[in-house]
Amino acid sequence: MDGILNFLQQLINGLHIGSIYALIALGYTMVYGIVKLINFAHGDIMMMGAYFAFIGLTMIGMPLWLAIIFSMILCAIAGVIIEKIAYKPLRSAPRIWALISAIGVSFFLENLFLLIFKPDPKPFPPMNIKPIRIAGLQISGITIITLLLSFAIMIGLDIFIKSTRTGKAMRAASEDQGAASLMGISVNKTISITFAIGSALGALGGILFAVAYPQIDPYMGVMPGLKAFVAAVLGGIGIIPGAMLGGFLLGIAESLTKGYLSTRWADAVVFGILIVVLLVKPSGILGKNTSEKV
Amino acid sequence: MIKKFKKSSEATQAAIVFVATFIILFAGIQLGLISSYQTGIIISVLINISLAVSLSLVTGYLGELALGHAGFMAIGAYTAGLITLNINLSPMIAFPFALLIGGLITGLMGIIIGIPALRLRGDYLGIITLGFGEIIRIILNNLTITGGPKGLSGIPKYTNFIWAYWVTTIIVIVIFLLMNSRHGRAINAIRENEIAAESVGIPVAYYKTFAFAVSAFFAGISGGLYAHYLTQLYPKKFDFLYSIEILVIVVLGGMKSLKGTIIAAIILGFASEYLRRYAEYRMIIYSMLLIAIILLKTKGITLKSIKEMILKTLKKNKETSTIEGSE
Repeated sequence: MDGILNFLQQLINGLHIGSIYALIALGYTMVYGIVKLINFAHGDIMMMGAYFAFIGLTMIGMPLWLAIIFSMILCAIAGVIIEKIAYKPLRSAPRIWALISAIGVSFFLENLFLLIFKPDPKPFPPMNIKPIRIAGLQISGITIITLLLSFAIMIGLDIFIKSTRTGKAMRAASEDQGAASLMGISVNKTISITFAIGSALGALGGILFAVAYPQIDPYMGVMPGLKAFVAAVLGGIGIIPGAMLGGFLLGIAESLTKGYLSTRWADAVVFGILIVVLLVKPSGILGKNTSEKV
Repeated sequence: MIKKFKKSSEATQAAIVFVATFIILFAGIQLGLISSYQTGIIISVLINISLAVSLSLVTGYLGELALGHAGFMAIGAYTAGLITLNINLSPMIAFPFALLIGGLITGLMGIIIGIPALRLRGDYLGIITLGFGEIIRIILNNLTITGGPKGLSGIPKYTNFIWAYWVTTIIVIVIFLLMNSRHGRAINAIRENEIAAESVGIPVAYYKTFAFAVSAFFAGISGGLYAHYLTQLYPKKFDFLYSIEILVIVVLGGMKSLKGTIIAAIILGFASEYLRRYAEYRMIIYSMLLIAIILLKTKGITLKSIKEMILKTLKKNKETSTIEGSE
């Protein structure tokens, strides 16, 4: 009985961190789908999200829900500005150049926040939500809020992409930019919207991450950003349900490794799973195999 | 005949440049014109050159994204470091032996990592190499023989300017010769069009693995140089940011140009050292420079174009002055 409980506990922990990875992975995958760019700065957008919420909570004294909205809007604006300055001029250049530019943006954001907020980690205001007990299982309030919020956002995003005009424009632009613009879709506007949504989701992921491990520092986005990217690739990069699936799988794998094997090897297991999955299915779990044309 | 002559004159030119640079730097160090601090910068730039040149084999010539080069370097560094720590031979024998074994073991790892490259392309391959690099780092962090997170210390300081310079020079020359041989042309053909290359009978699988193995071999050797220069190794140093740093050198150097890669390594190495005096602003300026260089590059402004522009204006001035002179 204890074994099952322990397993369920680990599974819930995995879902918790996995939903955060999934939120961040969505930003990677949406941006990749439309401009074919690995946005290395996305992990730092997540860090910015956590800092903006921190400012909102401690310096302005906002309630949590307002701080979340405040931070998501600021990050959306930041994402659009970054795209306009650092990625848009490189759209027709070799893709690796845009990658270097993204790396430059990532370094810039990290060091800008390092300069403003100093390197020492800051405690994130704790949330006092009562844990829920179900049949001997203890689920913390933060876990429940994280799960509910991320599920709601993901369902919302899915509906948005599938049935609104903007969502359709996004799908069209990611399939064929030239054809989309011939059909009267403003590709530039669509890309801006994609960056805005992706960055806002990244900000939410950052806040939820900061709430779960209640401290923030300028480099907090590097590792979760990398893992979220792994999650996006695992699910099949460019595919939105793939990012969610990849995020949850990664979170559960990490949590089970930490629970049953060893904390120190958790990251190695995560990357090992990635390698094995890609070797078996090179385009990710939900990716379609495209054969090369001769 | 003319072609052959041109080639041999190029080779002598290159040899003169290599030897002259060495003599100037060596004399500077011996006469005390170059301080030991500056010598240190020169050695780390040389190590970065050898790393970047070895990465350019995969990323530049073969055209595959590789984000785990620091992992290869780490294997070479730890292997070479452990060898010199555990054998008692004179440095003149122990050091080259350690470098070579470090390179060979890394080359073997390169073959293992090169195999997925046969199945994966582009960003997916990039992320696999990133994964391998991180796994290597985590393994180094958890093994007892490597000292774990505390690192490996007490490695003898064998790497001096002479070793660093000539090992790097040899790596550059070998890669240059390789890329201008039949094998190099095969690798170039695979980058341009894999299917076309295969259809003219180039063994694509063999050459892809070959490029990964050679690239890893040289990265391992530069790792060995690094280990015997710093005398202590920490797994944290070999994280994916270091791989990125090397990739940046290759991309800014123009991907398929050894000369460009060397120049980029020198400029970035000295820029990052020079910016040290601005302390906390250093990385902000560095990252802005990086973005600016890439944005200028899309506008067609590179060192080469600036050089050509200067040469053109000089030529024009010369022409106008001779015309004026004849009048």
